[in-house]
Order: sequence, then structure tokens, then C-alpha cells
Amino acid sequence: MAERAPPLIVGAGPAGIRAAMTLVAAGLRPIVIDEGYACGGQIYRQPLSPDGRDAQARYGSEAAKATRLQRDFAALGAQVDYRPNTLLWNLRDASADSLRDGVSQRILHDGLILATGATDRVLPLPGWTLPGVFTLGGAQIALKAQGCAIGKRVVFAGSGPLLYLVAWQYMKAGVEVAAVLDAAPLSAKLHLLRALPLAPDIVLRGLRMAAELALHGTQVQLGVSGLRIEGEGRVARIVYQTGGRRHAIACDGIGYGLNLRSETQAADLAGCAFRFDPRDRAHLPVRDSSGRSSVAGVYLAGDGARIAGADAAELAGERAALALLEDRGLPHAPARAASLERRLVRIGRLRDALEAAFPFPAHWGADIADDTLLCRCEDISAGDARRAIGHFSLTDVNRLKAVTRIGMGRCQGRMCGAAAAELLAAQTGRDIGAVGRLRAQAPIKPIPLAMSLSVDERQHDPAH
Amino acid sequence: MPLLHRLVRTDSAVIFFTIDGVPCEGRAGDTVLTAVLCHTDRLRHSEFSGEPRAGFCQMGACQDCWVQLASGERLRACTTPLAEGMHIVTTRGRSHG
Repeated sequence: MAERAPPLIVGAGPAGIRAAMTLVAAGLRPIVIDEGYACGGQIYRQPLSPDGRDAQARYGSEAAKATRLQRDFAALGAQVDYRPNTLLWNLRDASADSLRDGVSQRILHDGLILATGATDRVLPLPGWTLPGVFTLGGAQIALKAQGCAIGKRVVFAGSGPLLYLVAWQYMKAGVEVAAVLDAAPLSAKLHLLRALPLAPDIVLRGLRMAAELALHGTQVQLGVSGLRIEGEGRVARIVYQTGGRRHAIACDGIGYGLNLRSETQAADLAGCAFRFDPRDRAHLPVRDSSGRSSVAGVYLAGDGARIAGADAAELAGERAALALLEDRGLPHAPARAASLERRLVRIGRLRDALEAAFPFPAHWGADIADDTLLCRCEDISAGDARRAIGHFSLTDVNRLKAVTRIGMGRCQGRMCGAAAAELLAAQTGRDIGAVGRLRAQAPIKPIPLAMSLSVDERQHDPAH
Repeated sequence: MPLLHRLVRTDSAVIFFTIDGVPCEGRAGDTVLTAVLCHTDRLRHSEFSGEPRAGFCQMGACQDCWVQLASGERLRACTTPLAEGMHIVTTRGRSHG
């Protein structure tokens, strides 16, 4: 048998790590590329150097999971070709272009598992570019990985389970948390009753966090709208509305996010078919229950395929790896695969209930003021977008991108894409699923112009 | 006025660097973003509006935290470890505002 190229796993978070372990157990030596300097992904992100805190202090209730995952991956040692600090910027046929330390390297692979994770989903707010405003995930990373607080008196705003978790972690770290401003109304929280029997520990922990915050003097406010961040050159206060009344809270740091959004650019470059997902209000790559995408040899796992959380990501990573093994004609543990799928279905039901308890504030898209920056990269306002939509009778986000450059900047639409679609849908009276999706283009992350090709690549590239 | 406040690693090894020519001290284990924002409240200025920016996602997605070195090299502050002798410039882009 001719020697086959190794499988490639993109991402070393919960999904990527479990996928790698499964492939190694079957005798393969996968390549794992990851932008992080250490494994764990964003959820179990490690510090750059030891900082005197143990796993319990860093990860709280998730300490055992974080420790196990990081230890398991480290134990693989040289059985994986692990490449940290490595950025994926292009995918074509059976090769991937990666970048490390300014050197681009083409990786030939046979089988591709995309475990690209998620980032915070955001909608623009007035003042959201002011220094001191971070995403919820960013605020958490500052605390968890860098041991820094984003302010001395902070406010967390938006929606999603992370809203309360990050606020609680800041409180526990001794930081004054002035308020938690939740976009979801009390009525939405009734969905937690549906989640309770599925995962009582998770739901009760969340409720306990909210209660502890309130007991600590944090103002916990549901059903907020009209968020506006103000300050001269940096955050000074946050303004919001409840029940038609305006309120302002002085603060010097703000964490903001509206749940999470999947990182799908790599799946797009790999040629995967996409479908609109009403729950996540996003176009997501199509996959079956095993994680197989529409493209042979390309598998999808974890939050990068659809938001389901870290526990589901571990299961889905292992499941996708078993599918790869099966397609390669190797032993693939069908009973184990079936068990993983059953557990994923159960977690999926829990996630549906959580998403309902923290619904996306759909009307915010229509409410964005014209002078609010929509695109942080190139300072394009919501008004600029609305004028272009009207002037050119636009109905598709890619046309909007071509005309206004929204989604064309350095973030490639990661921060503004959801907002651009919501705004376009609102203005044209279309369903959010009917305005198209921003198509990914290489490079999917900025690469230096002075990038050099590795010796390895020059040898392999037929163009040289 | 710093934007970030250090809660741990206060006695880690010192790493010397400069912000706009002013000598500063970071700590071993700092990213460039952490080191700069523990001293001041901006990383750069928008090349379009001239308004200050100080990062957003801290996970390498939003690209808001690009900083420039005196050499002209640009790097993503949230994912780059601080290194001894870095000369960081936050003032460029301001004059275009």
C-alpha cells in the first residue's frame, strides 16, 4: 500500500484534542495546527507562563475537564505532529497553507478535521470601539490567561450563559461588578425549566451565579435595550433602557457579547455546502450526525460547526475522527460512535433550551443608529450601509460587501458579518436566512506581505 | 491611566520595552496587549477616524489590536508574547483623523 499523507486537524481545543487522540489510538499520526501557543482552545486556554494559580483558580467548575484534556493531549507527545502558533490561511484540494513565525508552509494531508471553534457574536453598539470595551470572551481571557481585570468597576452586557459566568468569575477575583445587563426578558428564562431535567447541574450553577452576584451587590437587570457606551477616549459609563426608562452606570470596563458564532471560514474554503440555521441565525456548514461534511474527507466538529459548547465539542471531535477512520478502512468502534451520537443529541436539546433562555435580540439589527460604526476595521457606519442598500437596491450581503467593503477588512466579517446581515434583512423586509452569507476568501486571516515560503513548500510546489 | 489591572504575576521577571519611546516594564507571561494596556489605555489609533483602539476579542479574531513596532513591523498584540526591547508605537494613524 502506498503511504498515505497524514490527516490534518485544525484547532487544538476540546474537539481537536479528542479527534487527535482517537486517530493516534488507531495508529495514525495526525498533524494538528493551532493558533494558540498551547492546547486547550479558548475555553481551556492556558497562560503563557505559570502565574501561581492552579487549575481550580483558573477554570473554576471546569478545572477537572481542563486538566484532563490538557494532560491527555500532552501525553500524546510525538505521536502527533503538533504545530502551535500556526495560522491556517488557505485550503485547496488536499493541501493547507499555514503560517508560523512569518513563514508559510503548505501541508499535504489526507483527511481534514475542522475544529475551528467560535468567537463571541456581537452587534454594533454606539461606543463599542472605545478602549475598555471587550467581548465577553475577551474579558474572560484577560482574567483566565493573563490574570488581568478589564477595569476596576466593570459591567457585563449582552446575552448568553457566558454573560453570567464571566461576571461571576470577575466577582470571585475580587473585581467590583457593577451590573449584569441581560438583553433577554424574564419570560425567556422560563426555558431554563426545560433545560433543568437535561442538565440540572449546569442550570442550577447558572442560577446560583446570578444569585451570588445579586447578593454581592451587582445589579442584575433583565430585558435591557438601547445599550450605549460613552466616554472620552475610553469607557466612562454604559447607558441602557428598561421599561421605557433610561439608566446610566459609571464603569471603566465592559464585557459584551450575544452568545457565540461559529468560525466557518475554513469549511467554506474546503468547499463545504452551507445551510441556514434558524437557531444560530447563521449559515453553517452542513454535516451529518457523524460530523461528515458535504465534501468527502472533510469532517466538522465542535463549536466551529454549530454552537453546542465544550462538552459536546469533545464528543464530536472523537465522533468525527471515528468517521475519518471508517472512511479510511480502519477499525472505527461503531458502538462507541453510536453512544457518542446519542450523547450529542442530548446536549443538543440542552443547548436549544439555553439558546431560548438567552435569545438573540433580533430587533437590535433594525435599531442600530445610523452613526454607529458597523465595521470596526474600516470605520464604516450603519448609515453608510443603509444608504448603499437603498441606493443599489441590495439584497445580498456579498453585494453589500462589494459596494461598502463591510466584511472585507482585517477581521473578514467576523465582528460585523452578523450585524450586516441583520441590518440588510431589516431594511429589505427579508428573512435573515434570505440575505445570503459572506463568502470566505483566502487569506482568511491577515498574513504579512513579507511572508516567505518554507524550503519544504518550494520543493513541493510544482510552480517552482 | 492603564486599562487593564494585574491581579497575579506581580512579581514575575521584568521585561523591558518602550511605548512611544517611554521606558516601561512588563512581566514574563505578558502578551503585548497586556503589557501595553497595563500602562496606558490604547494600542493604536484607527487609520480612518484617528480614534483610539485597545483590542476587543483578545483571541485573534477581530484584528483590532494590531500594534506597530518602531521598525515598522506590525503584530497582533493579543497573541504575541512580550519580548525584551520591543519598541511599540501607538501614535501612528493619529494625524489622519
